[in-house]
Amino acid sequence: MPIAVKTCSSLGEAAAALSTDRGARFLAGGTLVMRAVNEGDLAVSTIVRATDSAFSEIRSAGARIAIGAGATMAQILAHRELDFLHPVARLIGGPAVRSAATVGGNLFAPSPYGDFAAALLALDATVSLQGGYGAREAPLEECLASRERSGGLVASVSLNRPASPGAFRFRKVSRVRPKGISVLSIAAHLPLSGGRATGARVAYGAMAPTPIRAKAVERALEGRTLDTAGIASALAVAAEGTNPATDAIASAWYRREVLAVHLRRLLLNEPER
Amino acid sequence: MSKTPVQFRHNGVDVAVFVDGGANLLTAIREGVGDTAPKFGCGQGTCGVCTVLIDGEPHLSCITLAEAVAGRSVETADGLKNGPDLHPLQRAFMEHFAAQCGFCTPGMLMAAKALLDKNPAPSRAEVVEAIGGNICRCTGYEPIINAVLAAASAGPGRQRA
Repeated sequence: MPIAVKTCSSLGEAAAALSTDRGARFLAGGTLVMRAVNEGDLAVSTIVRATDSAFSEIRSAGARIAIGAGATMAQILAHRELDFLHPVARLIGGPAVRSAATVGGNLFAPSPYGDFAAALLALDATVSLQGGYGAREAPLEECLASRERSGGLVASVSLNRPASPGAFRFRKVSRVRPKGISVLSIAAHLPLSGGRATGARVAYGAMAPTPIRAKAVERALEGRTLDTAGIASALAVAAEGTNPATDAIASAWYRREVLAVHLRRLLLNEPER
Repeated sequence: MSKTPVQFRHNGVDVAVFVDGGANLLTAIREGVGDTAPKFGCGQGTCGVCTVLIDGEPHLSCITLAEAVAGRSVETADGLKNGPDLHPLQRAFMEHFAAQCGFCTPGMLMAAKALLDKNPAPSRAEVVEAIGGNICRCTGYEPIINAVLAAASAGPGRQRA
């Protein structure tokens, strides 16, 4: 079935086009939408694109960095101030995927994809949502939770640099090296105060239908040292709130079973094996 | 529904093709331009056989909307040769037995070209990373990696765009 392609010069125009057409999908890098189109997904009747250059800009002001939702993984890797996100972006696809896949698109990637979104979640990112009539700011967590029914268009993602270079950690667990789909991924921002964790943020990818915060783990880490004794209670609640899928990569049982092992390695900063 | 005209540069030559709404770049190149070097493998952006360079960057043409390359420069494996002279990468693939059935080869060549254009002396790990999105099911990756490293050390071809 032929598909209508609407090319919009502004995000507002694109958001309006999306809100008036149930069969409209927003196309950024194409890694999700063009897959559906190639498969003959009849739910896609219109492709909406935006040519606004601000959509893919990365802007930093002090500690705060705003990443346009259309910025690609390759752009992240080329941006020196986003060095803390380089290990995450490097684990997403091969070079040809990274020159197309966008930050905004990753927020809508179905599980077990969406490792970058998990990293952004651990960094307490907020998203700017563009509607037909204006923009509003929302926590990323809220945006992810409502992503299946959300009408808005993500214009950009904003976050603060990690408290220190070592405070942000990320692990992607896959069966195939160097490129494999996630069994699961874990991202954590672990600011320390007097050697103890304070305001820890831990997020999982592929452990629920969308990337999620591991709030029980965050609470259990508060005021603790990041050593074997200090993290014991956090490991005990590692799987709380998770709802992983069984798919071709791993079973739900396996994902739950190995989660605490990988969380322990991340919290103790053990080398990857 | 009417077709949409798309103009772009294909291996250094300006071309114009008509595409259906939602058509991908691979279809535009194979059926519109008539260049069958990039192959259709998975149609999902997973296998890498449709890899082309868009403005010098590697892209998967099967998941690229054809209309999105309007006015841009697209390179395929068909454009690597210079008259009767093969590109150093093509020669190295031949000499190092890096193509058995040959189906992954056009994608491998373009992924390797994208690497060597930016990094003329890559390490083995960098070559592995560069072809990390390209699947080969028969040759095996070792001869391909060796061929890319050999083309890199052979040198002169790197200067030819």
